[in-house]
Amino acid sequence: MSCNRMENRILPYVDGRLKENERREVETHLESCAACRLRANEFRAVTGLLDELPVIEPSAAFDTRLHARVAAEPVKRSLWGWFAPSPRVAFAASLLVAATFWLGSFSPTPPAIAQDDIPVLENYDVLSNFEPLTELPQPVQADDADQQNQQM
Amino acid sequence: MARSDVQLMLDVKAGDEQSFALLLQRYRTPLVNFLYRMVRGREQAEDLAQEVFLRVYRARKDYVPSAKFTTWLFRIATNLALNSMRDNRYQRMEISIDAPVTTDAEDGDERTLDVAEQHPNIEQHLIEEARRKMIRHAIDKLPEKQRAAVLLHKYQELDYNEIAKILDCSESALKSLLFRAYETLRVELAPLVAQQPR
Repeated sequence: MSCNRMENRILPYVDGRLKENERREVETHLESCAACRLRANEFRAVTGLLDELPVIEPSAAFDTRLHARVAAEPVKRSLWGWFAPSPRVAFAASLLVAATFWLGSFSPTPPAIAQDDIPVLENYDVLSNFEPLTELPQPVQADDADQQNQQM
Repeated sequence: MARSDVQLMLDVKAGDEQSFALLLQRYRTPLVNFLYRMVRGREQAEDLAQEVFLRVYRARKDYVPSAKFTTWLFRIATNLALNSMRDNRYQRMEISIDAPVTTDAEDGDERTLDVAEQHPNIEQHLIEEARRKMIRHAIDKLPEKQRAAVLLHKYQELDYNEIAKILDCSESALKSLLFRAYETLRVELAPLVAQQPR
């Protein structure tokens, strides 16, 4: 194995994350290459140094602050939820329907038939159903009468 | 038996708020530490960690367990940290060059956590503090993506494959990135590396 190919393997080797056959290949190379051996040892030393940094704890208010922010999040509605009216809208719509029916009850009734017109209507009814009258020839229209006169 | 991260997240999706509290309990410390080491400010790290959890909560209804939960979580965290660092860099560029620069203002955060009783010898305490400062500065000097790769690799102990997904690169590219980062650290920390037992 060349030193170039070691680039991608040296850190996984130090980590112990190489497969068995890869690890053996790296070790064979390290036995014969002092520069890569030094690098592997120094990478191991660097990872040891990084362990020296302390771990910090989040502040006591961290959770409280986050829970407050989560609680303040607007509630997401589903597609069907979007169609469902809110209680206020539903209440307003019901009021509108009720008001329409109530106002409808005050609308004026159709005009009553005048008392004087009743006999006239009765006469018309009798005449339109009087059989002898239906046997009479149909009345001649004014234009037809003129034509008949001209022919004569 | 403890529920897996994915199971907890699916329970959050189903409306179980308690499962979200468990995920928070499980990941708040690793997340705050990762972000603290990325952005180097405790308050800023906590703000970003809050934002990460909030985004997880907001995305609960659309959650599909297609990858490991930690991959998703640290991907959000890494993106937020990188954006925040870029924003800070632009803000810093606007500050007058006459303004005093406090490169180590946040070091006090860690100092307050060091319990005095653990260091009866003040000289030893100062030596350890100097070593830590040197290590922190070596990490800070790494390019952003290399820094994220080292932190995810070293402190979160994530798989190479997982880190590659978080950083949106191939596994081979990630190994090269880590190699270059460790090479830089090896040079920067040479005086300390020489003292390390082999």
